[in-house]
Amino acid sequence: MNGVTRVEGRAIPLGLRNVDTDIIIPADHLKTVTREGLGAHAFETIRAEPGNVFDDPRYSGAPILIAGDNFGCGSSREHAAWALLDLGIKAVIAPSFSDIFAGNAFKNGIVTVALDPAAVDRLLEIAQDQSLAIDVEALKVTAAGESFTFTLDPFRRECLLKGLDEIGVTLEAEPAIADYEARAPMLGWKPAKPSAERRLGLRFG
Amino acid sequence: MTEAAPKTLYEKIWDAHVVERREDGTCLLYIDRHLVHEVTSPQAFDGLRAKGRRVRRPDLTLAVPDHNVPTTRRVGDNGRREPVLDRRSAEQLAALEGNVREFGVPYIPDIAAEQGIVHVVGPEQGFTLPGTTLVCGDSHTAAHGALGALAFGIGTSEVEHVLATQTLWLKPSRTMEVRVEGDLPFGVSPKDLILTLIGRIGTAGGTGHVIEYRGSTFDRMSIEGRLTVANMSIEAGARSGLFAPDQRTFDYLKGRPMAPAGDDWRRMEAYWRTLATDEGAAFDRQVFLDAAEIAPSVTWGTSPEDVVPVTGRVPDPDSFEDPAKRAAARKSLDYMGLEPGMAMADVAVDHVFIGSCTNSRIEDLRAAAEVVRTRRIDPRIKQALVVPGSGLVKRQAEKEGLDRIFLEAGFEWREPGCSMCLAMNPDRVPAGERCASTSNRNFVGRQGPGARTHLVSPAMAAAAAVTGRLADVRELVG
Repeated sequence: MNGVTRVEGRAIPLGLRNVDTDIIIPADHLKTVTREGLGAHAFETIRAEPGNVFDDPRYSGAPILIAGDNFGCGSSREHAAWALLDLGIKAVIAPSFSDIFAGNAFKNGIVTVALDPAAVDRLLEIAQDQSLAIDVEALKVTAAGESFTFTLDPFRRECLLKGLDEIGVTLEAEPAIADYEARAPMLGWKPAKPSAERRLGLRFG
Repeated sequence: MTEAAPKTLYEKIWDAHVVERREDGTCLLYIDRHLVHEVTSPQAFDGLRAKGRRVRRPDLTLAVPDHNVPTTRRVGDNGRREPVLDRRSAEQLAALEGNVREFGVPYIPDIAAEQGIVHVVGPEQGFTLPGTTLVCGDSHTAAHGALGALAFGIGTSEVEHVLATQTLWLKPSRTMEVRVEGDLPFGVSPKDLILTLIGRIGTAGGTGHVIEYRGSTFDRMSIEGRLTVANMSIEAGARSGLFAPDQRTFDYLKGRPMAPAGDDWRRMEAYWRTLATDEGAAFDRQVFLDAAEIAPSVTWGTSPEDVVPVTGRVPDPDSFEDPAKRAAARKSLDYMGLEPGMAMADVAVDHVFIGSCTNSRIEDLRAAAEVVRTRRIDPRIKQALVVPGSGLVKRQAEKEGLDRIFLEAGFEWREPGCSMCLAMNPDRVPAGERCASTSNRNFVGRQGPGARTHLVSPAMAAAAAVTGRLADVRELVG
């Protein structure tokens, strides 16, 4: 994954609260074994409405989305983050995010910017006719000469900036993981293999 | 020596799983149990393949197909497996089978009696245990907290991370105590309790928190009931919901196929008994409910927080102070085809769905059958489905004759799977039609494009089936 230091451009002023994962990408489109191509179905129900913000030529190709509170609530489907990426969205601004969505967005290099509701309302106005810039290094959103600071978990900020392969980082902790396994309270025994495998004579494991 | 500070159940499980701690408080947490299904795993296995990585602990992993599987017969009269007709579903199911073979992951195939919804299978097989950390690429993983497991849903990148390392980087959550005291009144179920809680604190009420459910109402609640409550913690915004393991937990788990036995059991049970929240431990937030004030509940809108008692009315959007909420309520009512002020009990339904990881266990089916017994579904109902959560639940229900009760009343009796909860398999609600559903989400399009969902308990779903409307179950039984 490439690092992201800055996201700049037009922002789609969606503004809705409780944008759930079924709105971002309906379940029928989760029947895929790849990460690509989900953008065509992102926000399908909203895009079916005439005059919706996604069809507005002003926001065509916009890399930023602005929404109401509790963005990404609902399922854990990372397809929601993949759909946003495929749509060209690299940052979402909202008063709050669901925990699981925020994690999924982060893993895909999407910047989630949580600002207080008044700041989000102001950015929704500004976004009507002007561009925004999100500086991940300085943790600042600037637009129309105004600036709004936000916070990011320091570890997440670091990973975003450097585009780290998290699994690669964790595997460096291998000795610590092995050491934990040797002393773990829950690992004195292993679960038995599922009996279905034995009974059906199947060899999956 | 000073005495250790009192800890919550959550803090005890967390502390027991820390592999490494960073200065900023982020911890590398060991994961004891990983459930895998076909929808959120293919890209994770692809990621492993691309980097030449293996599954670190297949023995702590269990794969079960559930989201895509059709709930119609799986093996034909000729003894052959029935093909899955939806090409993309078939591909995703085949990808899981290929991946579990390649990476050596234990697997319960769709034709096994033990197959079912992962969140029903885990507890039922004894794969889920108290004091464990358990994850799955599915937000309703919170359900396993009913047994005292710290269980939460993860995205596909995290699925890959757990497969490769058996760990996750996490920051501790804040803690929330939800205390409910007293007996649930007649006709009121654990589902009504959790819907009422979500209505009270909202779908973001628990964001950033892990809930611990405490109080006499929960002490007296069955494991099935606790699974329903913990399952919908995520609808309250909390990634996990926990119950302290107690005698009910141990009685439920003892003898399950994948649970420890003999000396292992005795040793583990002694450990599990130490996990309950210490006297004097502090929670970051507390919420109190009086069980006596909870009524059979229904949702009216397109968010699980849109809850009213069945005796209530569709709210007037103008009654909301917050302009964003007002706008959202208007949009919801438009989508749901409801008018402000309508009595909920007058709302006619077209479909009834009894199933999902929230309400498809044996007690749920018993509660629904109790209402249906000697009745028939209303002629206005277009389809009424009962989908047991696992093949073993189905078998037990058939032993008790519940299948006959449902079939004679006009219900369809199906094979286990996620079914009509999420419109990924052939079971869905057509556009503009209305469903009384025991599932967990009433989002726009959740049960199919344009489908209108009312979340209810199993007994309330049964009442809707036999009356053709969102009836108050208390008028039908007793």
